[in-house]
Amino acid sequence: MIITDVVIIGAGPTGLFCAHQLGMIGLKCEIIDNLDKIGGQCIELYPDKPIYDIPAIPKCTGEKLTNNLINQIKPFNFKFHLSERVEEIRKENKKWFVKTSKNTEIIAPNIVIAGGVGSFEPRKFSAKVSEKLEGKSILYSVKDKSIFKEKSVVIFGGGDSAIDWAIELSKSSNVTIVHRRDEFRGAQSNVDKIKELKKNKQLEIFTQYQLASVKGVDKIESIEIKHEDGEIKFLKADYVLGFFGLIMQLGPIINWGLNIDKKTIPVNTENFETNQKGIFAIGDICSYPGKLKLILSGFHEGALAARGCFKYARPDEKLRFEFSTTSKAVKNRLGIKE
Amino acid sequence: MTKITYIEHNKKSQTIDVANGLSVMEGAIQNNIPGIDAECGGSMACATCQVYVKEEWFNKLPQKEEGEEDMLDMAFEPKKNSRLSCQLIVSNQLEGLVVNIPEKQV
Repeated sequence: MIITDVVIIGAGPTGLFCAHQLGMIGLKCEIIDNLDKIGGQCIELYPDKPIYDIPAIPKCTGEKLTNNLINQIKPFNFKFHLSERVEEIRKENKKWFVKTSKNTEIIAPNIVIAGGVGSFEPRKFSAKVSEKLEGKSILYSVKDKSIFKEKSVVIFGGGDSAIDWAIELSKSSNVTIVHRRDEFRGAQSNVDKIKELKKNKQLEIFTQYQLASVKGVDKIESIEIKHEDGEIKFLKADYVLGFFGLIMQLGPIINWGLNIDKKTIPVNTENFETNQKGIFAIGDICSYPGKLKLILSGFHEGALAARGCFKYARPDEKLRFEFSTTSKAVKNRLGIKE
Repeated sequence: MTKITYIEHNKKSQTIDVANGLSVMEGAIQNNIPGIDAECGGSMACATCQVYVKEEWFNKLPQKEEGEEDMLDMAFEPKKNSRLSCQLIVSNQLEGLVVNIPEKQV
């Protein structure tokens, strides 16, 4: 069991800067994110795309912004729990008990939800074709590639994951790659590679096709794919892999007793607290009159939420406002020696 | 104002006056038309505002910008006439546009 001052849910820019603000006022936190890396949407959706509206930074990619934020909180040594999703929260003796998908348990007087639009989950085939075999013969990630050895594997998708796995699995499996259009969006060298493999008959490519149906009871026997123009093709398949990227799902947050309005959490604008005492919401997931879904707004919200956390974490102390340029205490926390 | 017709998956049709300059997605959200999620808020980062555009309209629309087709790869049951409604900016040229909303977005 971990005991801390604040649990931050979401390691995107807003969560990271809120952590910084907590560190500056002398509080501790643990940061949880369902992705396997730090950075949230910045790192998952647009690591290479320049952002032009971060104050005082004319141009910066999502990756660079993330790295800068990580550096900025380094002095505080906060712990990250990655690839973990918060499954459960409940009140215990005026504090919040938090439990993750990997059974990490944390007790804290405050929770800051900086969850963006929810947690990233793989986008799936439509339920009517895939539901019964999901997790058995229909997969959205590869955990153990040896199960595909000498099997027929049909890979759907046109991005890097689909193409990389097609190349890798073609070494020891019978691979077919199916994509909804002629162009692939993966790295050009690998797109060229699968075309070469096709030429050498080491894998098969069908474009302008999508999955239409799946045959089989306990495991797949064959699948039907349908061309844009309606033509149907049968393929033998032992496994189907879908790589359609990630989508964002609000997930368990809806079960935490919070007011939810159009997938966002209403907050007050004094300290971004929700209808639950000690639970704050900042960044894209919060709503209030005039809300702008900008990173800079998330920074502001995080700074105020951090102050809101202070009163529950240090009920007997008064928070004194200090500037980082002059405060000795702040410089100590940052490890700056003069 | 430009008239845009939104047809839900259950065939329910609503024609709305949308202010020029808004996106077709924003027109739906502001008028509580169900079926367009637009989770990323219109930054072309999520593919949850997909619509199917009636054939006669599809070729009249401004071309897709780089990235929209990539994003559509991740949409729910994309078709030849799929567009992201956040990328369709309402103007007089779109008067009478009809879009069909898919069964779901995720």
